[in-house]
Amino acid sequence: MNIIFRRRVVNSLVLGLSGLAAAFGLFMLTWILGDVAIKGAGAINWQFFTELPAPPGMEGGGLANAIVGTLLMTGTAALIAVPFGVLAGTYLAEFGYNTVLGRIARFISDILVSAPSIVIGVFVYLVMVKPMHNFSGWAGACSLAIIMLPVVSRTTEEMLKLVAPEMREAALALGAPYWKMMTGVIYRAASTGIFTGVILAVARVAGETAPLLFTALNSPYWMHSMNEPMANLTVVLFNYAMSPYDDWHRLAWGAALLITMAVLVLNILTRLLLSRKRRTS
Amino acid sequence: MNDSKQNLWGDLVFRGLTATFAAGIALLFIALLAELWHESRPAIDQFGFSFLTSHEWNPVTVKFGALIPIVGTLVSTILALLFAVPLSLGIALFLAELAPHWLRAPFGTAIELLAAIPSIVYGMWGLFVLSPLLADHVQPWLQKFSGGLPFFAGPTMGIGMLTAGLVLTLMIIPFIASVSRDVFLMVPTHLKEAAYGMGCTTWEVVRDIMIPYGKKGIAGAVFLGMGRALGETMAVTFVIGNAYHLSWSLFAPGNSIASTLANEFTEADGTVYLASLIELGLVLFLITFIVLGLAQIWLRKGQSGGGR
Repeated sequence: MNIIFRRRVVNSLVLGLSGLAAAFGLFMLTWILGDVAIKGAGAINWQFFTELPAPPGMEGGGLANAIVGTLLMTGTAALIAVPFGVLAGTYLAEFGYNTVLGRIARFISDILVSAPSIVIGVFVYLVMVKPMHNFSGWAGACSLAIIMLPVVSRTTEEMLKLVAPEMREAALALGAPYWKMMTGVIYRAASTGIFTGVILAVARVAGETAPLLFTALNSPYWMHSMNEPMANLTVVLFNYAMSPYDDWHRLAWGAALLITMAVLVLNILTRLLLSRKRRTS
Repeated sequence: MNDSKQNLWGDLVFRGLTATFAAGIALLFIALLAELWHESRPAIDQFGFSFLTSHEWNPVTVKFGALIPIVGTLVSTILALLFAVPLSLGIALFLAELAPHWLRAPFGTAIELLAAIPSIVYGMWGLFVLSPLLADHVQPWLQKFSGGLPFFAGPTMGIGMLTAGLVLTLMIIPFIASVSRDVFLMVPTHLKEAAYGMGCTTWEVVRDIMIPYGKKGIAGAVFLGMGRALGETMAVTFVIGNAYHLSWSLFAPGNSIASTLANEFTEADGTVYLASLIELGLVLFLITFIVLGLAQIWLRKGQSGGGR
């Protein structure tokens, strides 16, 4: 009797702790998001989206150039990483299941997904910024592209593998060559999934700061080309939050709210896309 | 005839093209290592092995040793794992076994969204919200009741190793929790039901069936979280305090490899200074490569075979 009672007590205790851990996770999420929303909402106004940053100590000013810079660099990074990643992912799914190259590329992709992004910033500094003698939007875009690449290639691989084998057989039975089957049938069937991977990759880099610190740097002005240092939301957030000015802190919270919202919306969008795909296929 | 020849070429070109880009990923990785190695040569030549054991980091006298950032990286990561592993396993257990079915998907999404919050937002929140709270309430209390343990000595500033560890905890929970949940869900139902049928309590099923069955996957999840914590930059830079001294106290400010890079890289003048920072990056990359590599190997094994 005694031992059964003890087992029950231990059981309830552990299950209670597990529930508490889960409640703690949810609590932290709402706490952080709530703080960001409350403190950030005060900074979001028309000026925030339309004006250049004000000099230190001056009232007002916005982050218009940083918003454009982030969009430009993230977009450029996607243009570089998506074709590269989709083709690499195609090899992993179609030809490289068990080849040496396939195994190595898959292993390295999985490691690069979690690799420290600041080291990628250092690498791009060494191969682009140092030889060209200036910080640039291109360098920022390239380091973001390196971070996106493994995300795109691995999701492409997973999504291609999900395409029903009957589709391949049908295309091949009609006499289509392999490349035509891929471009005409398989890519189309997997397009939602691949698109999801791209959004996921964009969401992954939209909040990245570390790889931009030594590549895009920052700038208080409008950009004229991608060849010059480029303002971006995350580095501005970093500089402003570390500054002693209250007004800059306020803007930093605004930037934090904007980035967090964007990333959360993209993440939820990928989930919706995936769940709808699962239901239809 | 001509047509099929064309198709043959088309297939070869297609295969070659995709293989080139897959090889591109591997080449990128090799280029990264080679470039970091090549550019850190001035520091490697000058300091040799003592770079890893010296605690001096002085741009004025051009003497650089990585001991303090390395220790800071390891201590903050270990602290984070101490808090995050039990919490994450609790969450995983809740999501896989305890929660009512209608709650599992939304709750799982909520936990995974913790991973979506950008690291710089964690850092900012840690600096402006968490660290004042720690400085005013938690740290004085710890000092009072710990009876003068060296870990809780010194001024209670709110920023330092402990705060860095706590922020990292929040950041790696979603990774460890969601991977371990998937590991728990892969345990075959008949194994669990057999144990329940013998009269085991839920905890006993977890302890004796699910954890032993998924131990490789769980180890992989923990190492994945560890790899994330080791290389995390922005969140740590905000709250670790950026000071070069070793201390037993978790309240004392310190430095991690990533925060050193973030703070000093653009200001580094002189070849040896820059090379030392690059060597720090190389050290960090190698450590995370090993940790994440182990995580991948265990996760694959956990997925393919399972069991012992």
